Amino acid sequence: MAKHETPMLDQLESGPWPSFVSDMKALAEKRAKNEEGIEFQIPTDVVEDILGVLELSYKHGRTHWKHGGIVGVFGYGGGVIGRYCDQPEMFPGVAHFHTMRVNQPGGKFYTTDYLRKLCDLWDFRGSGVMNMHGSTGDIIFLGTTTPQLEEIFYEMTHNLNQDLGGSGSNLRTPSDCIGQARCEFACYDTQDLCYDLTQEYQDELHRPAFPYKFKFKFDGCPNCCVASIARSDLSFIGTWRDDIKIDQEAVQAYIGGELKPNGGAHSGRDWGPFDIQKEVLDLCPTKCMWMEGKELKIDNKECNRCMHCINVMPRALRIGDDRGITILAGAKAPILDGAQMGTLIVPFIKAEPPYTEIKENVIEPIWDWWMEEGKNRERLGELMKRQGLQKMIEILGVDPDPRMVQEPRSNPYIFWKEEEVPGGWKRDIKEFRKYHQR
Amino acid sequence: MALDYEESKQKIIEGLKKKQKTKSKFYFNDLSKILNAKPREAKKIVNRMVEEGLLEYWSSGSTSMYGLPGTGKQAAAEHED
Repeated sequence: MAKHETPMLDQLESGPWPSFVSDMKALAEKRAKNEEGIEFQIPTDVVEDILGVLELSYKHGRTHWKHGGIVGVFGYGGGVIGRYCDQPEMFPGVAHFHTMRVNQPGGKFYTTDYLRKLCDLWDFRGSGVMNMHGSTGDIIFLGTTTPQLEEIFYEMTHNLNQDLGGSGSNLRTPSDCIGQARCEFACYDTQDLCYDLTQEYQDELHRPAFPYKFKFKFDGCPNCCVASIARSDLSFIGTWRDDIKIDQEAVQAYIGGELKPNGGAHSGRDWGPFDIQKEVLDLCPTKCMWMEGKELKIDNKECNRCMHCINVMPRALRIGDDRGITILAGAKAPILDGAQMGTLIVPFIKAEPPYTEIKENVIEPIWDWWMEEGKNRERLGELMKRQGLQKMIEILGVDPDPRMVQEPRSNPYIFWKEEEVPGGWKRDIKEFRKYHQR
Repeated sequence: MALDYEESKQKIIEGLKKKQKTKSKFYFNDLSKILNAKPREAKKIVNRMVEEGLLEYWSSGSTSMYGLPGTGKQAAAEHED
């Protein structure tokens, strides 16, 4: 018999998808039985109380969580978020229900042993409810009490070799794709850059002094598996400067049906024979590909890195050899002004350790500008919009580049200044009037 | 020139106490304005004050703020001294 009646939550379970309600009910039952004999450090019925408070929120159409808190671990201004329930008598198990963020390993590679240790720690000192992964990418521990925080932090940092992630007005936990560890499309070592910047910017990760949150994300190629272009203030996307490599024999093997397109990913039904014209050439957004007899040709300077052809024919087409990173800035979710995608600020930069150029010429000047000029709770993308891309270019000390213009004529935000124009704005009015009447 | 810690500390404590009637939590920018310093310089002072327990963090999850320990509704509501 459940502790609280939850008719509305029960209805959620009736849909065709896996349900978090079913998962939480299973966990509540597991904690109640406690067959493993765990000495729970927070109330055993915590999960039942989460379901209860959620049902009440659905009934009232309002949240029953209070806003934020002062709790944390010593020396860190992020990684712990105070959460308190405003109905503690009704739901004592979740009166204190703090969230902890755990800095996920690079590429989200775990061993089962590591995962088991994390879960054991959380069953013992927390609610057992966790979120794999939050949209920042980190592992989220949902729900524990204040006295457990330092204990969990000690255990993680001393025995699991694991740090907390970022929250609040901090650098958030940097997040990367699986990269060169498993993926042939990766143009740089995402995990190395992610780890290097995580170590370099520990102070920014743990001690908040930014106007608002700031996110780094690292995508090895323009497929953007961690969606850096849409979700991060500074997005690092792998690219190449030379030509896409073509294996003409493999192209013919795709056309002939010996190789399955998309690595066989769409094998659930018969889509008919592969049609390179319809499935690749016609779908190229810049129309830079064509067949000359049996040869596939690409006008590489027109390629905008959509990755479609490479994804469809990975054995025939490969990323180029002169590889590096494109950096975009200012993406964000829609709290103010709607969602924004990143704006290109660095078309190409080499990604080689120790990444000094990226740190000193890109990241740090941007932070200095944003920390000084950014309003409270203003994301980098909003500051760029308010002060203009031109200002951003000045900060970075780079020349305007046509590739920075997202939509020609609709947002012509690159203007000349007087000192950049020979003769300035002054003109001889008499000479002008010879040709133009008043 | 680096800021003098003792002098900056007093400025921040007095500055925050003055506004205590209307506010108990402050953005980092408010603190650097009190010090009239660049953010990175101010951060050194603020970090040290947190370390010494003269300031405390408050976080909503998305935004972080600073306050004098024990002030505001939160301290009483959280039953923490």
